[in-house]
Amino acid sequence: MRRALLIAVPYLWLIALFLIPFVIVLKIALSDVALARPPYLPQLDITGGWQAITSFFAQLDFENFVFLTTDDLYWKAYLSSLQIALFSTILTLIVGYPIAYAMARSSPEWRPTLLMLVILPFWTSFLIRVYAWMGILSNEGLLNQFLIWIGVINEPLTILNTNTAVYIGIVYTYLPFMILPIYSALERLDDSLLEAAVDLGCSRLSAFWLVTVPLSKNGIIAGCFLVFIPVIGEFVIPSLLGGSGTLMIGKVLWEEFFSNRDWPVASAVAVILLLILVIPIILFQRNEQKQREAEG
Amino acid sequence: MNQTVFAPWNDPKETPLIQFKNVTKRFGDFTAINNQTQDIFEREFFALLGPSGCGKTTMMRMLAGFETPTEGQILIAGQDMANVPPNKRAVNMMFQSYALFPHLSVRDNIAFGLKREGKGADAIAERVDEMLRLTRLEKFAQRKPHQISGGQRQRVALARSLAKAPKLLLLDEPLGALDKKLRQDTQFELMDIQEKTGTTFVIVTHDQEEAMTVASRVAVMDEGRIIQVATPDEIYEAPNSVYVADFIGDVNLIKGRAEARPTEVAEKIQPAETAPAKPSGPTPKPKIDGPQPNEMGEWLQNKLLFPILGKRTPQPKQLPPPDPKTETIKPAQPVAIQPGGIALHWTEGHTPIIAANGDPSVAGEQVTLALRPEKLNISKTKPEAPNVLSGTVIDIAYLGNLSTYYVELDNGTMVKVQMTNARRIARRDITWEDKVWVSFSETSGVVLRG
Repeated sequence: MRRALLIAVPYLWLIALFLIPFVIVLKIALSDVALARPPYLPQLDITGGWQAITSFFAQLDFENFVFLTTDDLYWKAYLSSLQIALFSTILTLIVGYPIAYAMARSSPEWRPTLLMLVILPFWTSFLIRVYAWMGILSNEGLLNQFLIWIGVINEPLTILNTNTAVYIGIVYTYLPFMILPIYSALERLDDSLLEAAVDLGCSRLSAFWLVTVPLSKNGIIAGCFLVFIPVIGEFVIPSLLGGSGTLMIGKVLWEEFFSNRDWPVASAVAVILLLILVIPIILFQRNEQKQREAEG
Repeated sequence: MNQTVFAPWNDPKETPLIQFKNVTKRFGDFTAINNQTQDIFEREFFALLGPSGCGKTTMMRMLAGFETPTEGQILIAGQDMANVPPNKRAVNMMFQSYALFPHLSVRDNIAFGLKREGKGADAIAERVDEMLRLTRLEKFAQRKPHQISGGQRQRVALARSLAKAPKLLLLDEPLGALDKKLRQDTQFELMDIQEKTGTTFVIVTHDQEEAMTVASRVAVMDEGRIIQVATPDEIYEAPNSVYVADFIGDVNLIKGRAEARPTEVAEKIQPAETAPAKPSGPTPKPKIDGPQPNEMGEWLQNKLLFPILGKRTPQPKQLPPPDPKTETIKPAQPVAIQPGGIALHWTEGHTPIIAANGDPSVAGEQVTLALRPEKLNISKTKPEAPNVLSGTVIDIAYLGNLSTYYVELDNGTMVKVQMTNARRIARRDITWEDKVWVSFSETSGVVLRG
């Protein structure tokens, strides 16, 4: 009984905060847009009895999902989101791995400080930090002023409102999610393993590829998923830093929802997004589980 | 038996495999190794023994190339190692934590070094199989290190470090993680493998028993210096300093002032009286009551008539009477004491301790007599021995095969006496608070300066 209660708590949590909202979104996705409040039909009216309920279900259809396939905006947005997420994950890995490596190799008394510095950006609002990047990257921004001042360029570079700005924003924002799991994997790495590799004839570089990288593999995979999964649905960064050419599904969703007030189509977009994300989330869970088994 | 004793360090024609030449290693202002010169020969099993922080690991890491000497030179097979990185040395190391690659199977761990040499796949597989056979790991070849036991991991580490057939194998506390029983088995395995492969082994350990068991020579280290290098028996029986005597095994240290003893005249020998006493006439035959049956009679009684008469109780077999010619008579008291050496004045009002093997040149100096507990004798009656000290039993440690008696001498000095428990414990006649005599011969101890 006690055990059942204990297990019930997380299940209630999942049902209340995941399953019920998902069912509501799915229901809206199957509805039709209408000039009403809320702006879709049909509405479920339980007071009408059994007949009302059956007529409610009869009115639900997959029209909106079919619509998503007719307009190439949507699948282009999905593809573009995946592409941006993939590239920015690779970029974040390239930037994050050396930082994590340097942190793990630093002397133990420095590590808490360095860790603190990585986490420090979380102390200010994410929105404020993205706005700060607008100030840095704009044509009259700090970066351009600096580059002109040192004489590298004569005319300001157009960075803001391009995909480059989106990549910069994503790498900056998601860097800690990449650094922390890699750092924790590297920190546990026994130095004597590297010495053993060198002792057995490896150069420093081949010891890195043959020992350090394989042993931080789980950290790399965890970091990549932690970046990739949220970036697919990212909305704030592309809408603030990206231009009109930056196509991301999060932005499309926002526009359908707030500009077009087409809740059913927006919900359909969200449901498809969720289905796309299920694949990497399952892979991520598998990796975590494998890691736990290897340690256990 | 024409087995020659393995002792290349005594042969001036032998060239050493490893030469430390005035090697000093400093970490900041801490001197880890202080101007040490030491030769290690081929096929040797050389142990570096000392407490933690004595510099033994630094010595080993310099051989592996992970540290470079601040001053001096290290030569391996005559070649200066100063600019040779660890991956270019014909030296392999077995790490204290084994440092097995957790992501590789046992087989791939062993093959790791061979693959770096760029050998063909067949040659590698053959060598790995050979190593697996040598360390009896064939069954575990496909397992990962976390799927095998501690003893097996230790063997994988050994196989991996031996796979490249190094000239020199370094072992850093190789058996530290094993329990006692497994450690003892593994020690013999190590010696066996060392002999089979003919590799030179240098082992670092803080466990003196381990060093004594496996090594051909032991170097006892303290504070960055090698205090003594010798064979295990020499280290134990003839330590060159109080530090070595105290570090190796159990020891009683008795301090005192040395005085030279006369070298020629044997003080207490009484030659005339010690001549063997002549036995008085032939020994009488043991007396047996009644007439004795012959063989046939005995057989008849035991086989046919025993229901009526009962079995004959066999007569105890009589030993032949002792031959008066070979019978040695114990010399009459007191015992003969070797001349020479020193007498140790250790406390007021007691006869000095005689150490006939002491170096007379220390006369007049403060010296320490190192006495091993097992070389002392304990008894309740005063024995006739060159050195007899009286005291009280304070404590007895029963170790099964041995008992250690903690005896407080009259002047308050505690000495440990170790006796083999040849008898059952119930028959032990010495117990707590007993007045006892501790005795030892004039050559039992080692006289050390300081």
